[in-house]
Amino acid sequence: MWKKQQFDVVVVGGGPAGSTFARIAARGGLSVLVLEKDRDIGVPVRCGEAVSDAGLRIFHEPRDRWIKSTITRIKLVAPNESSVEFDMKEKGYILDRRIFDYDLADMAVEEGAIVITKAYVDGLLIDNDYAVGVKGTYLNEPFEVRAKLVVGADGVESRVGRWMGIRTQLKLKDMESAIQKTVSGIDVEPDRFEFYLSKKWAPGGYLWVFPKGRHMANIGLGISGNYAREGKAACRFLDEFLEWKYPQASVLTTVAGGVPVAKTLKQIVANGLMLVGDAARTVNPMTGGGIISAMRSGLLAAETAVELIKNRKDLHMKNLREYEHRWHKIGGRNHERYYRLKEAIFRFSDDDLNRIASRIAAVSVDDRSLLKLFSIAVAQKPTLLIDVVRLFARL
Amino acid sequence: MIRIEENKCDFCGCCVGLCPTDCIEVKEAVIEIDDDECVDCDLCIFICPIEVLSHVEKTAV
Ligand SMILES: Cc1cc2nc3c(=O)[nH]c(=O)nc-3n(C[C@H](O)[C@H](O)[C@H](O)COP(=O)(O)OP(=O)(O)OC[C@H]3O[C@@H](n4cnc5c(N)ncnc54)[C@H](O)[C@@H]3O)c2cc1C
Repeated sequence: MWKKQQFDVVVVGGGPAGSTFARIAARGGLSVLVLEKDRDIGVPVRCGEAVSDAGLRIFHEPRDRWIKSTITRIKLVAPNESSVEFDMKEKGYILDRRIFDYDLADMAVEEGAIVITKAYVDGLLIDNDYAVGVKGTYLNEPFEVRAKLVVGADGVESRVGRWMGIRTQLKLKDMESAIQKTVSGIDVEPDRFEFYLSKKWAPGGYLWVFPKGRHMANIGLGISGNYAREGKAACRFLDEFLEWKYPQASVLTTVAGGVPVAKTLKQIVANGLMLVGDAARTVNPMTGGGIISAMRSGLLAAETAVELIKNRKDLHMKNLREYEHRWHKIGGRNHERYYRLKEAIFRFSDDDLNRIASRIAAVSVDDRSLLKLFSIAVAQKPTLLIDVVRLFARL
Repeated sequence: MIRIEENKCDFCGCCVGLCPTDCIEVKEAVIEIDDDECVDCDLCIFICPIEVLSHVEKTAV
């Protein structure tokens, strides 16, 4: 019984970050327990479910059962409802995260990890200034579990880091207030992402239509916390859009959520503790995409944990910093560039966006690419140039 | 202090991500705010995507 055991690692949260950490750590020979507060792994799906093929392949050969749609084109809709379309260099997918997240957890189990749902963690066991386990409730009964290392993979609502004194609170402007409905009974192009950019649809963010086949789509939006402050909540924007565009749609799922569009926290480790995924703020702040980066941070953290625990090293933060360094080195600089791009793009006025769209429309279809798009955006705001060049030089 | 419409809440935890005093607790289908810790900054009200939270004066309760 997991409650009576002692583990090398206890992971709080069974999303992509937690499951990836658990799989790699268990494969490396560590005993790992994953505690998830919800009834099911993967549900509710607070996510548009979009990933790139290349990103997914870093970790897994895509399985058919994960994929609802394969995407090869993007359509951008400007505030004046003019639109431009272009082909993507690399394909993307709309996943079914109920199945995907479930499989990720199961893969961790195959490597020897133990996963438990309905286990809510509400505090740490702390000894000599080291995290040495967690406490919480399982089906309303209190429990304590001891471990050498605690991993906070507890998402946007993460509190695990705070219990060791890491300041994880986001600024209002660094959180997108988001809502999504999975609607059916509509007609959509099954191979095309659609993005609506305008203050009227999603101020300080964007609205997405991600197809799940020809008659179903995830339709959602995020608005910047700064705009949310003005008093009109995300749900109102989405209702207005659906009323205008798809008044007959059936709504099969509704979820609310927060997307941390922040820089990754500088400090993502403490004594006996690591933060991964949304808890560490690893979401790409420009796109809001966080599945792959959550998995990547889980992988990096697990590699460091295996190395240290196998060699019986002290889990002092100065040793765990190896993970922090690697994350900031691999993802960090681009992450900050994306952050600056986000800040600039979300400041474009609707007139700017209309102008950019009409300039892209003037480019022949074969020459359209994301790089071209950003080049045009740069012409609108020259200070973006350096970030755009650096980002695309590496892609 | 903050009033919660529990029947409306989706338990997404967006408010927890912002709360400067960490006084909000969101479980699978329970949300609680510790009024003694709350500093009435209202950030949780602003960020809530579905208008679950609102401000009420302490004396009104
Ligand atoms: C509306 C919306 C749309 C999005 N669309 C996309 C998209 O299209 N593509 C993309 O790549 N990303 C998208 N994202 C972001 C993406 O969903 C996240 O970045 C990703 O899920 C992060 O994975 P994670 O494992 O870090 O956290 P999560 O998937 O959030 O997992 C954290 C887990 O921890 C559990 N937990 C939390 N606290 C506790 C506790 N105290 N005890 C036990 N368990 C706990 C939670 O229940 C949860 O299951 C979107 C986000 C939102 C809100």
